[in-house]
Parts: sequence; C-alpha cells; structure tokens
Amino acid sequence: MQTPALPPQGATVRARRWRRLRRTVALPLAALALSGCTVPSFGASAGASTSSKSVFHLWQWFSILAVVIGGFVCLLILYAVLRYRRKGDNIPKQSQYHIPLELAYTVVPILIVFGLFAATLVVENKETANPTTNVTINVNAFQWGWKFTYPGTNAFVYGQTTQNPEMVMPVGENVHFNLTSSDVIHGFYVKAFNFSRYALPGVKNEFTIMAQNTGTYFGQCTQLCGLYHSLMWFRVKVVSQSEYAAWIATFNNPADAAAAKAAAKTTYQQTSAIVPAKGSTTKFGR
Amino acid sequence: MTDLLDPPVQLPPVPPAHEAIEEHGHDEHHGPTGILKWITTTDHKVIGLSYTITSVIMLVIGGAFAEILRAQLATPNGTLVSFAQYNELFTMHGSVMIYLFAGPFAFGALANIMVPIQIGAPDMAFPRLNALSYWLYLTGAITMLSGFFTAGGAANFGWVAYAPLSNSVNTPGAGADLWIGGLLLTGFSAIFTGVNLCATIFYLRAPGMTMFRMPIFTWNMLVTAILILLAFPVLTAGLIMLYCDRHFGTHIFSVQGGGVPVLWQHIFWFWGHPEVYILALPFFGMATEILAVFSRKPVFGYKGMVFATLSIAALSLGVWAHHMFTTGVVLLPFFSIMSLLIAVPTGIKIFNWIGTMWRGEIWFSTAMLMAIGFVVTFLIGGLTGIYLASPPLDFFTHDTYFVVAHFHSVVMALVLAGMGALYYWGPKITGYLLNERIGKLQFWFLFIGTQVFTFPLYILGLEGMPRRVAVYPHDPQWKFLNDLSTFGAVLIGVSTILFVVNVAVSWKRYPAGDNPWDAQTLEWFTTSPPPHHNFYRLPQIRSERPTWDYNHPEHRSLGHGTHPEEHHDEVSSS
Repeated sequence: MQTPALPPQGATVRARRWRRLRRTVALPLAALALSGCTVPSFGASAGASTSSKSVFHLWQWFSILAVVIGGFVCLLILYAVLRYRRKGDNIPKQSQYHIPLELAYTVVPILIVFGLFAATLVVENKETANPTTNVTINVNAFQWGWKFTYPGTNAFVYGQTTQNPEMVMPVGENVHFNLTSSDVIHGFYVKAFNFSRYALPGVKNEFTIMAQNTGTYFGQCTQLCGLYHSLMWFRVKVVSQSEYAAWIATFNNPADAAAAKAAAKTTYQQTSAIVPAKGSTTKFGR
Repeated sequence: MTDLLDPPVQLPPVPPAHEAIEEHGHDEHHGPTGILKWITTTDHKVIGLSYTITSVIMLVIGGAFAEILRAQLATPNGTLVSFAQYNELFTMHGSVMIYLFAGPFAFGALANIMVPIQIGAPDMAFPRLNALSYWLYLTGAITMLSGFFTAGGAANFGWVAYAPLSNSVNTPGAGADLWIGGLLLTGFSAIFTGVNLCATIFYLRAPGMTMFRMPIFTWNMLVTAILILLAFPVLTAGLIMLYCDRHFGTHIFSVQGGGVPVLWQHIFWFWGHPEVYILALPFFGMATEILAVFSRKPVFGYKGMVFATLSIAALSLGVWAHHMFTTGVVLLPFFSIMSLLIAVPTGIKIFNWIGTMWRGEIWFSTAMLMAIGFVVTFLIGGLTGIYLASPPLDFFTHDTYFVVAHFHSVVMALVLAGMGALYYWGPKITGYLLNERIGKLQFWFLFIGTQVFTFPLYILGLEGMPRRVAVYPHDPQWKFLNDLSTFGAVLIGVSTILFVVNVAVSWKRYPAGDNPWDAQTLEWFTTSPPPHHNFYRLPQIRSERPTWDYNHPEHRSLGHGTHPEEHHDEVSSS
C-alpha cells in the first residue's frame, strides 16, 4: 500500500504559475527585445551615428513607460469620471486616507525613477565619452554662420545665412569636435545625430561623434542668437574615409586652396551685402 | 437660475447666529467710493480684483501675441511679421505670460483674495504693502510693454535674456532696458506679496485653524510664498548685474572683461526653475479644491498632498541646471536624478486627485470640467517632462519644439485650472455666477484647442524644428503640423473670447448666494461678496473643511486616524 511519491503540491502550482507568467509576459517582452523594429519609434528616429542610435533606444524605453503609465492614469481618470458621476443628492463616504495605497504610489514611482536614471547614466556615459580620435574638427559659430576648420590640414569650410556651409566628415570613425563661439551663444544641432550642444563664448565644448551612415544631413542653430537666428543653417556631409582623404587633399594644392579661399570670401561678401552682418570679416580672427 | 445648477443642491437652512463664534461686530465700512476706492484701497479683495482684471488683460495681450506667432508659422516662408518683429513678439509673449499673467494671477489675484478668507483673517497682514505690490506690478507691466513704443522696439532676446545676447552691443536700445526695469518692478511686487502671504498665514489664522487644518490652496500658497522669497531676490540681483553690464561698464557676463556668460544662466534658472513651481503650485491648489468640492469628498491623502508640495518645493531648488544640460559645463547626473525625482511627488498629487474623485458624486460644473481637463493636460506635460530630465534625451530635444510643446502642455493645464478657479471662486468674489452653458462651451474649446495646439508641436520637435525660428523654408513639409497647431491656437483664442462674452452676458445676472457649490472651506461660510473684514461670524474649525462640517454634521471630516465615534466625542466636548 505504498503511495507513489507525489511532488509537493506548492511546487507544481508555482511551476504552472511561472509557465503562465513566462507565456504572457516574458515571451512577448523577449520577442520585443529581439526584434528592435517591432518597438514603435514614438516620433523619433534612429539617426546616423552610434550615439544617436543608443539615444533612440533610450527614447523608446522611456516612451513605452510613459505610454503605459500615462495610459493607466488616463484610464483611472476616465473610469472615475464615468463611474462616479453624480446621480442624486447623496453624500458619498467621506474617506480621506488609505495609507498602504499612498505608500504604494510613492514607492513604486521612486523605483521607476531610479530605473530610468540607471538607463540614462549608461547612455549618457557612452555619449559623453572622449575616446582617442584621428580626426578633429573645430567648429566656430558666429552671428549668423559657421566656420569648420580641420586642424593639421589646410581644409576649412565657412558660410552664413543664405550661403550655408557644408561640413565634411568621414564615416565609421570617431570624430572629435571642438565647439566655440565668437560672439553670443549658439546651438550646434544635427537632427540626424540626435544631438545638440551650445557654442559658448570663452568656452571650448568638446564631444565625439561616430557617423554610421553616409549621406548629407541638415544642421541648424537652436539657441536664439539674434536677428537671423532662423537662417543659421549648415549641412553635414558624411562620406567614406577615402573620399574624406581626397576632399582634405584638395586643400593641399595651393592653387585650389587659394581659389577656394577666394570663392569663400566672395560668397561671404555677397551674403553680407544681402544680410547686414554685425561686425566685419575680421570676426574670424578673434 | 435653477437650470444653471443642475443637479439642484439642497442647501442647508441658515443656522442661527448664536451657534457660531461672534468674530466682529456689525461694523459698517465707510470709505471712498468709485475710482477713488480702487486707487486708495488697502482691502485685499479690492486689490485682488484689480490684480484679477489686470492679469486677465495680460493673458489676452500675451495670447494675441501668440496668435500672431502662430499665424506667421502657418506657412514655411511667413511674411506676416519681420524677423525683428518676430523676435520681439515671442520675447514679449513669454514675458507677458510668465511675468505679468501667470504669477500675478495666482498670487496677486486669487491668493490675495482667497487666502485671508480661507484662514478666517480680516485682511492680509500688511494691507498697505499689499497695495504697493499691486501698483508696482501695474507699473512694471506698463514699463515692460512700453518697449514696443521705443525706436528699437521691445526686448527681443527671448524671455530668458541669455547673456551675451542681452548685452548692450548685441541688444542696444531702450526696449531691453524697459524689459529689465519692468521685470525688477514686478519682481519686487512678487517679493512683497510673498512676505505678505507668509506673515498672513503664520499670524492671522482664526482660532482652531491649525496648520494641518488649512485648505490645500492656502498650503500651496504658503509654499509658493517661501519659494518666492528664496528665488526672486536672486533674479533681482541678476537683473541688476545685467543692467550694470549694459550701462556701467561691468563685465560680469562678458568674456572680454573676464566675466562668464553662463553665470547668467545659473542665476536666471536658479530663479527660473523654482519659478516654474511658483507658477504651478497655486494652480495645483485651485484644482485640488475644485476636485474635492465637486466630488463631495475631502481631499484624498490631504497630508500626503502637503508633504508632496513641500518636497516639490525642496527639490525645485536643486534642479536649475537641467535647463543647461547642453551647455556642457554642468554636472549631468546630479541634476538629472534631482529632476527625475520631482516626478514622484507630482505623481502622488495626480493619484491623490484621482483618489479624491474615486467613489465620489462628481458634479460636472464648468469648474470641475476645467479641473479634470487640468489633470489630463498636466499629466501629458508631466510625462514629457520626464524625458527632458534625462540628459541624452534632452540633448536631442533641447531648444526644439518638443520643449515648447512640453511646457505649453504644463502652462495650458495651469490656464485650465485658473479658468476653473474663476468659475469656482468668481461667485464668491462678485456675488454672481457665470453662465454654465457658455462656460462648458469655453471648456471644450480650451481643452480640445490645447491638445490640438500641443500635439503637433511634440512631433515637430522630434522632427527637428527648432524653437524661435520665424521661417522654415528648408523643411516645407512641416507646414501641415504647424497649420494644425495654429488651428489649435485659434480654438484657444475662441475660448478666451467665450470667457469675455460670458462675463458680459452674466454680468450681475445670476445671484450666487453664500455657498452655491455646497463647498467645504471657510470662504464659503461668509457672504458673497464678503463684508469689509470678511466675517461676521465663524464656525468651529475642527478640520480642514469647517463649512462642510457645519453644514453636514453627520458627514463631518473623520480626521486622520480617528474613528467617527472618537471624533464625535471630541467635538461635542469642546
């Protein structure tokens, strides 16, 4: 009369629960994590640089949380509004405190906040890291244009308002930027890099960007800098490394360089005739 | 009249006077009348009414500027205004709304009128200082706006006046100086009102009105007043430095003389971020009162609400540099976690507001609709604010329309709450109700208009449209979203017109009575409008809602942690 040894009852229940949990929660989440494209973009885009992509993923996770929490709270409001509309002249129960509930909606948000902060730190440290680089570009912002110089080479690009400059940078390589301003505060913003940084007078702001996709991207000053702030544009042309080397080399031919300089100068004078620039051409020399 | 108050409320019979504490004799107030009364008065209600009218006029002026800005952006190459005019208009739109409408409307108008009555005080602690506050505010407003009539036009460096754009080389002209002067005057007005509110709340509470029996609105105004005292002097100092840089040859904010331009941003935002809560907390208080009254319940989690307000205020003093993440010269993690943490007390507030409505008997008056609209709109503004507390996400949304959309969700939520407060407290101040049918129409225009106005701006920001640009010829496909936003702004404009129409239509038409909403706090115990020194008699104050306890003794507040029987004993023995 020996009864077969049954596994403890609690364990099966727990195992079954765990299986159900895995099916309902873990699997879709894993699927979501594996196929990045199924996560909606929430209006942003992945961009064209390494950090723009990690920022984009941070954006997606923040957005999922925002949609879940916001949707939950909206449903609560909607339920309260529909369910508890006044029907007669009754006075409801005058309940005022529910300590466990109040504690719950204090503690849970704190945990969420620290989760968000941890995710923020990871991406932030990646984005603000300063690895050693072979290519450096000095960006100088002025009212109302940009000057890009390439230290160690003869290359430079500048232009303003109606003749906007086009900065050239190599793909797949960490590029170090030194950002300065000649007059007021400007904002260096390239949407494709999901990145902006102020150009401050008297301060050299440094950051590193590694472009991952070739192409031409639009950039614009984002910090109000006076009359023609709306027109302070530039373009970023990301090219292959060989094309970049070739482009740099064009400035080494003295004739080409002189021609380029002359062309830039004419452009500058032409635009300054259209747009009354403050100061003079000596502004760059400061 | 009766159709206004659906469903009809059974008002309790007026209690015999001997049941209440006799506070004042029936002293009739004799003073000047007419225009002289308005100029010479020190009565907080009359000053508050002056504040209300002036600040609503400022709302209309600032709103008109906004409509011009939106009209300019309706096409990629808008030519309605020039670049220079566009810069002046958005600068003055922000300045008028922040400095001349939102703050003065909250602490000059509604708090000035309501705080003394809510705590059973005859007036503010310093009535003459209160009058001075108003006249400084009016002078400051006129000073700031008069920039439009100078040769160089009004200030055009944005409402934040970042150095060195705001120095005398980049922004010459009297408009900028008038902006600084006007802001100094309204700043002093705010400081004096802060002093006055603190003194009133600490020293003039009626017998029985302990700190934890104060209405949430009064609590929020106390915290706001303390924040004003901590933050505004810093702005005043910064403005004086800016003026010295412009005219007396100092180099505090200029690189050439060894100064630091970013210092201005530190000073400005050290004031500017507490200022966000100086603007928001009063409106949180207004919405809290309205939600409780029209749900026929006490404020859910009253004490938690107070502590949430206090912790918002404390945190708000340590988050200023989240406006400066992209400067590259601030410590990112510290300001990030401090900013993220503000989500916690703010979330507590939102859950408390829902808890207040939960299992209530919700009466959808205009005021209540506005308050619910406030909660929803503020939820959107709050959630999008969490993104901006994360530096990597701020890097790519900073100074784009995403930020503009975020803070317009927040401030439009405040406008909703403020409008709700006008419908809720207006009858107490004037003695007459506003028309509910026009009011509800106004609510739907305002609420839908707000969402139609802000949602396209969020998307535009993510697509890379920077703020403060007058044209966007390089991306003409942004036109559709801009048009949608402009349409939303027009709906908001219509709602403002409806409000003005409502005031005209309802003028002395629907007498309110003392307590038309069956409300809870002390201001509804006195007459509408209240007599010169506010009260002829006061009820016993044994909870944060003495009027309700008096009118519904069988449903009186249970108080924290006390059983109904215990509480009953305490009251009957007292």
